[in-house]
Amino acid sequence: MSKVEFLKGNEAIAKAALNYGLEAFFGYPITPQNELIETMSNIMPANGRVFVQAESEIAAINMVYGAAGAGARVMTSSSSVGIALKQEGISFCAGSELPCVIVSVSRSGPGLGGILPAQSDYHQSVYGGGNGDYRVIVLAPASVQEAVDDVGKAFVLAEKYRNPTMVLLDGAIAQMMASVKLPTEPLPYPDNTSWAASGAAKERGSRNVINSLYLDPTKLYAHNQKLHAKYREIAKNEAWLIDHQPESHDGAIIAYGTSAKIALGAVQRLKDEHGLNVKCIQLRTLWPFPKQALKEAIKGMKFALVAEMSMGQLFQDVLAFTRTDTVIGYVGKAGGEIITSDDIVLGYLAQMGGEQIEHSV
Amino acid sequence: MSTVFKKTGGLTDTPFSYCPGCTHGIIHRLVAEVLEELGILDRSITIASVGCSVFAYDYFNTDALQSPHGRAPAVATGVKRMHPDKIVFTYQGDGDLASIGAAEIIHAANRNENITVIFVNNAIYGMTGGQMAPTTLYNQVTTTTPLGREAISGAPLKMSEMIATMEHIAYVERCMAADGPSIMKTKRAIRKAFECQMNNEGFSMIEVLSSCNIGWKLSPVESLNYIKNTMTQTFPLGVFRERKNETNH
Repeated sequence: MSKVEFLKGNEAIAKAALNYGLEAFFGYPITPQNELIETMSNIMPANGRVFVQAESEIAAINMVYGAAGAGARVMTSSSSVGIALKQEGISFCAGSELPCVIVSVSRSGPGLGGILPAQSDYHQSVYGGGNGDYRVIVLAPASVQEAVDDVGKAFVLAEKYRNPTMVLLDGAIAQMMASVKLPTEPLPYPDNTSWAASGAAKERGSRNVINSLYLDPTKLYAHNQKLHAKYREIAKNEAWLIDHQPESHDGAIIAYGTSAKIALGAVQRLKDEHGLNVKCIQLRTLWPFPKQALKEAIKGMKFALVAEMSMGQLFQDVLAFTRTDTVIGYVGKAGGEIITSDDIVLGYLAQMGGEQIEHSV
Repeated sequence: MSTVFKKTGGLTDTPFSYCPGCTHGIIHRLVAEVLEELGILDRSITIASVGCSVFAYDYFNTDALQSPHGRAPAVATGVKRMHPDKIVFTYQGDGDLASIGAAEIIHAANRNENITVIFVNNAIYGMTGGQMAPTTLYNQVTTTTPLGREAISGAPLKMSEMIATMEHIAYVERCMAADGPSIMKTKRAIRKAFECQMNNEGFSMIEVLSSCNIGWKLSPVESLNYIKNTMTQTFPLGVFRERKNETNH
């Protein structure tokens, strides 16, 4: 059962999270995710849930760490510069195996950058800036509805694998209004009695400790191996892309998020205006990267074009992960300039007969 | 035969990692005894910080979370908001609380989070080998103030006085662990702080002046005298905030 509402992306994410059974939200104002924290400040207390406007991004992610460690379904949201500040806390959540959801509404950078949409936080999301060998599951919606759906999927994955999970969208999706189907039933809550530090030592008969400190290298290596085994499992099970035209095509546009939405229009124009059979491959998880599925999807093609709103971050990974005879091209913009179907069509036509280009930097 | 003294059940059997002569162990025992005596041990949650007391999660016989450096009050906020019926306390040193975590402690206090903060002030970064802390005294020699702390490195930061200015909080007291009477007084203060939390009165902080004989390059006895005679000149003992007979708003 679901109900349809006409909502801004940020509001839709907040309302969906509540309906999925979110118990606590900790956040800090930053453009372009402000409507998310504003909506949360209204709907969470009104439904008997926890909302705290933290003093900083750092405090917000540490409140998430505390609430998740105590066994709650918890979420924070922020944008580029703010996500940068949260990285230490995300590493702690990963190291201590705490489920939590981080909504990242990306703006342009580097530094304070700008407040218009960009996809320049691909590296920040996928590779992170916290210390150590850890991974964050990253879902990449391309519409308000996909963002709503991904929030639910993020809770499921975070709790299944006890791992921080990010929903990465750009400011365009967060600020866009759309008719969306919201969930109406909370997701089932996992039993976390065996690990959550909930102050119930008496009922449990033993104490639970949330910790990522191991001074003994043998133990820490074993902990890393355990985490790595989990990451391999996630990579095997959860890598996800959408091949929008699964029947055979001559070429492809590879994109995620807003760029994928625009690429869908561009492939239609390439067909209508230039008679080219080009498919759109939309990456739905950025980590795990859908390597195998992408290889399969572009198999036998002469050319595939990566379209992104960043300076080649995704292109670099597509090149590294596919390693095929298919020539991989790149078209992109950054800094808050939105990629257009003209950019993609012209980029495709210009590069389709060419040699493999090297990475831009 | 009657038992006249036993190790508190508030501590695990894990041996402390503290240096001989350090008063962290005493303060641990006081906290553990209070939790046990108040009957709240098995519903308490320890929030450990970063510094000499980083292993507090191994020592207190409670559920526990280990925090990033300085963030214990934010972690405690997350825990307590989810479990308002549990007893949540942080155990933090001066580098953790007064330097890198200054924002978190001020805002947790300003929100009047119903938590208890045990603030161990030994005026130095002990674990990393004796560098200047925000609470280091003027002229005190540390490995990063080799000529003694001067005003250009800032003044010794008086956290109890600062936190006591917060509008809604319940209790702030500075004590010392320097001799029998002062230790017993510290225990009474710690008990009072936890009682505030149990009564939903709000935020409480007990600052305990503590020794670091290794970092200070003094003998254990000289260190205790240094607390009594020198530290208290900069950090006077006393109750800085007490809000009586008021329940948290």
